[in-house]
Amino acid sequence: MHRMIDSLFMAELGNEILRQKKDSAILKFGSKKLAFTTDSYVVNPIFFPGGDIGNLSVYGTVNDLSVCGARPLHLSLGIIIEEGLDRKILERIVRSIKNAAKSARVKIVTGDTKVVERGLCDRIFINTSGIGELYYDKLSIDKIEPGDSIIISGSIGEHAISVLSKREALEFGTKVRSDLAPLNGLIQKVLKGPKCGVRFMRDPTRGGLATTLNEIVSGRRFGIALDEKDVPVTSGVRQACEMLGFDPLYLACEGRVALVVSKRDAARVLDIIRKTALGRTAKIIGRVTEDHRGRVSLNTVAGGRRIVDMLSGEQLPRIC
Amino acid sequence: MIAKVAGEIREAVDTSRTYNFMEVCGTHTMNIFRFGLREILPPNIRLISGPGCPVCVTPNEFIDKAVALARRKDTIVATFGDMFRVPGSRSSLDKEKANGASIKMVYSSIDALDLAKRNPDKDVIFLGIGFETTAPTVAQSILMAKKEGVKNYSVLCGHKTMPEALKVLTEDPRLNIDGFLLPGHVSAIIGIKPYRFLAARGKRCVIAGFEPLDIMQAILMLIEQKRPDIGIQYTRIISRCGNTLAKNSIKKVFNESPSVWRGIGKIKNSGLLIRREFKEFDADLKFKPKIMRPAENSACICGDVIKGVRTPLECKLFRRACKPEHPVGACMVSSEGTCSAYYKYG
Repeated sequence: MHRMIDSLFMAELGNEILRQKKDSAILKFGSKKLAFTTDSYVVNPIFFPGGDIGNLSVYGTVNDLSVCGARPLHLSLGIIIEEGLDRKILERIVRSIKNAAKSARVKIVTGDTKVVERGLCDRIFINTSGIGELYYDKLSIDKIEPGDSIIISGSIGEHAISVLSKREALEFGTKVRSDLAPLNGLIQKVLKGPKCGVRFMRDPTRGGLATTLNEIVSGRRFGIALDEKDVPVTSGVRQACEMLGFDPLYLACEGRVALVVSKRDAARVLDIIRKTALGRTAKIIGRVTEDHRGRVSLNTVAGGRRIVDMLSGEQLPRIC
Repeated sequence: MIAKVAGEIREAVDTSRTYNFMEVCGTHTMNIFRFGLREILPPNIRLISGPGCPVCVTPNEFIDKAVALARRKDTIVATFGDMFRVPGSRSSLDKEKANGASIKMVYSSIDALDLAKRNPDKDVIFLGIGFETTAPTVAQSILMAKKEGVKNYSVLCGHKTMPEALKVLTEDPRLNIDGFLLPGHVSAIIGIKPYRFLAARGKRCVIAGFEPLDIMQAILMLIEQKRPDIGIQYTRIISRCGNTLAKNSIKKVFNESPSVWRGIGKIKNSGLLIRREFKEFDADLKFKPKIMRPAENSACICGDVIKGVRTPLECKLFRRACKPEHPVGACMVSSEGTCSAYYKYG
């Protein structure tokens, strides 16, 4: 996917904003800066423990704005419906969108609906684009230094496992619920003041925490070392992973944020996160290093060390 | 605990010699890498990855037949996820899926049987890959299909069995194996009797579990073995006679047969064929998939890697033409492949 984006989209459409490849584009309007993002949602199944395609389409875009230091304000909503979709299902999804927008304090201000023939889309696909007002302008990978701490706001992999548990022909009994949630409240508490110590943040969605951290170190003069014993993974996710042969580091989350924070401020930032409802299980899981430049390594529970590479290929399709 | 066992290993080793231990289970290979165990072992203990990955030892001919079956009309091919991207002679299942073939990932043959029941107007063909751990469940799926009269379910059988392959490894003059970490779950099925010949050939053996502590304890047991024997570290699930129910399932549905192992060649009594009384569930007999002569990439050294004769680092294609996103050989694709482990975990 990364190669396709570079070789096709960047090659044809690239400009100084797009090439930054941020979760949200930062645009100047006079003295103000706005963040602008878009995402499409094709999750299968459309209802899963802890969420559905409706609230996912709101929270996913809200989170992409939030991790760039923006306060999410307005969303557009584009819906493509397969002919014959049960009206009750559509109503349930729209109500979920309404509740999610209320919970995330954003407004749906424009939209579009299309219906396509049966078989040409899998029940419903949704696109949301969002704009937010930038209130914290200092997030940049360029600011990351060796010694900085890596924090994750909660346990990983629950969204991916909850979706997989309901996928056709793969149903298995599990109590894992998606971690799907809007992160704007948590992030606004952390990014208070210009000296909050946060260098950079991203939500580990598709490809999981491992992919997100690899994207951060790629081509850089620093590495990241994680401590496996500190990475929070619930027993439900661990069991599902053991059964299915997955590595939780590569499983998508939809309500977690990974932060790079200065060493001096890490304990304070962790404390702020843990006081929020979504961040009770937050942990410091590693640090930025001078060695292993451009790589992510893991100090394993066995006392050894290994590389955590970028995910190759699709571990789980249609997870968001 | 692991650090304690690592200390005991350091105390127990004879520093004047090298120990060559081969693990023959893909999950052992993966977990040795995943937990960085080579780093905490003394440098004179050499762990060699053997042919323990069922996907990796599957020859191109099987993939080519799976591709031919996927191209049939009104057919769903059900497969373990690993098989999707394994390159055959000219195509792979994920390329066929991109071209419109119906190929579904399943986690067990029973899921594939359920798929057949839910799609009575399609032929559902399950790709039966795996060793003695997987074969009993596939046998059960065939028995259930017969009992329930499911006519549209069949299996393309590529199952292999371990003991004869181990015999071949002990006879290869390029390898100098002192002992084996034997596969935990295969052993849970077959028991210890099929391995006795290894001890008779002077090889130390320990059946190991899969947690890092299991593997470390098994290595300690290998070093401490006073004479070649079949030790059991995985005592919590291994019984000496194996799992009779599972063994009987295999015997009921399958016959032993010669089988081609990628990179090794034909090994007698190392494969399973579906018995004649279940022939309606044998996809090879039922559909007779037509394939061209199988072709292998001459630069690919998966065969030597599978046997432990060479490592992926010695392959010209490794990390260049052969990466997980565009693999040349099966060892790079499978979640238990040696090349995949070397690539992923460095």
